[in-house]
Amino acid sequence: MADPVVEHGAEAGGAAMPQLNPDYFSNQIFWLLVTLVVIYFILSRVALPRIASVLAERQGTITNDIAAAEELKQRAQEAEAAYEKALSDARAEAAKIVDDTKAEIQTQLDVELQKADAEIAAKTAESEAAIAEIQAGAADAVKTVAKEAAKEIVAAMGGTADARTVTAAVTARMKG
Amino acid sequence: MADEAHSGGGLEFHPLDQFEVKALFGDGPIHWYTLTNVTAWMALAVICIVLLLVVGTRKRAVVPGRTQSVAEMAYGFVYTMVEDVTGKDAVKYFPYIFTLFIFILFSNFLGLLPMSFTTTSHIAVTAVLALGVFLFITILGFVKNGPAFLKLFWVSSAPLALRPVLAIIEIVSYFVRPVSHSIRLAGNVMAGHAVLKVFAGFAQVGFLIAPFAILGVVAIYGLEVLVAFIQAYVFTILTCVYLKDALHPSH
Repeated sequence: MADPVVEHGAEAGGAAMPQLNPDYFSNQIFWLLVTLVVIYFILSRVALPRIASVLAERQGTITNDIAAAEELKQRAQEAEAAYEKALSDARAEAAKIVDDTKAEIQTQLDVELQKADAEIAAKTAESEAAIAEIQAGAADAVKTVAKEAAKEIVAAMGGTADARTVTAAVTARMKG
Repeated sequence: MADEAHSGGGLEFHPLDQFEVKALFGDGPIHWYTLTNVTAWMALAVICIVLLLVVGTRKRAVVPGRTQSVAEMAYGFVYTMVEDVTGKDAVKYFPYIFTLFIFILFSNFLGLLPMSFTTTSHIAVTAVLALGVFLFITILGFVKNGPAFLKLFWVSSAPLALRPVLAIIEIVSYFVRPVSHSIRLAGNVMAGHAVLKVFAGFAQVGFLIAPFAILGVVAIYGLEVLVAFIQAYVFTILTCVYLKDALHPSH
């Protein structure tokens, strides 16, 4: 530094730059040491452990949360699997019930059908008997009518018809 | 530079006045125990550090607020630096390194306030810091490694003939470390502040120069903000590098 600085420094402390004035050194060094010791104790006793614990706690919280989320996801997957299983079980159950019911209905149906068939057969037999009876009745009636008519015709032609002859003739005719 | 009386307006530069150490009470001589502006600004730095790192983190919130975020960021910044540069076994010296970092950082930034006194602009302060690091590392190196610490100066990867020469260079550079370590910090801070004052002095000159001087002040101030952080960072990272030598002296 130039001469004027020396002049200026001289009036203030003695050296050109205040930084180089040895009168100030002890004061600065003393207060610096005090400051450093104070800061060191505050930091190492209070501030740094506290920040470290906060950071560790946060890390722990994050890890726990991630684990919890993982577990919840796992549980959700399990629940989904259980749901799927329940659903398929229910489907199988429903299918089984449907099959059972179908089979039951089928057996019932078969029974009913047999019964109905038997009934129908009985009815048919009955009807056939009735028809046979009616046919027989009709044949008798025809025979009677034919006998009457033959007797009348014979009488009208002037002959006397023997009842037995007429009957035989009519029977023979009807058989033919 | 100083006291250049201008013929026109009595222009005066006192770029170094800001570095004067003054007693807070009275005008008496400055003894080692005198309460001075050094005391005041160092106490202010301590208060700011307490506000940030103790009061700011008092809630211990898992989800941090603004101040706590900054405190954690500073913690994490230095912690990773120590871990990356020096290694995991250096973590127990972390409080010491963090003390250096936070003190220099706050002193630098408080020094940027107008009318303030910058404690880190004084070579006496930075020399104590650097000598502290130097002694700490040298003693630690011998305690940890015994005489094997001297291998630091014996470059075993070099050809045998070169080793004595390299050893001399290594020893010289080892002892120059505290000098460069301290002068780098004080020099950067002091130069920046002096330049700011010079620009501010030019702001008195007149309409032609004053605007440029003010722009210059703004620009240099921005630069100084950067320097304030970078010098704290550089001092800390160099401490970490030196500490690594003490813990692992072999090349």
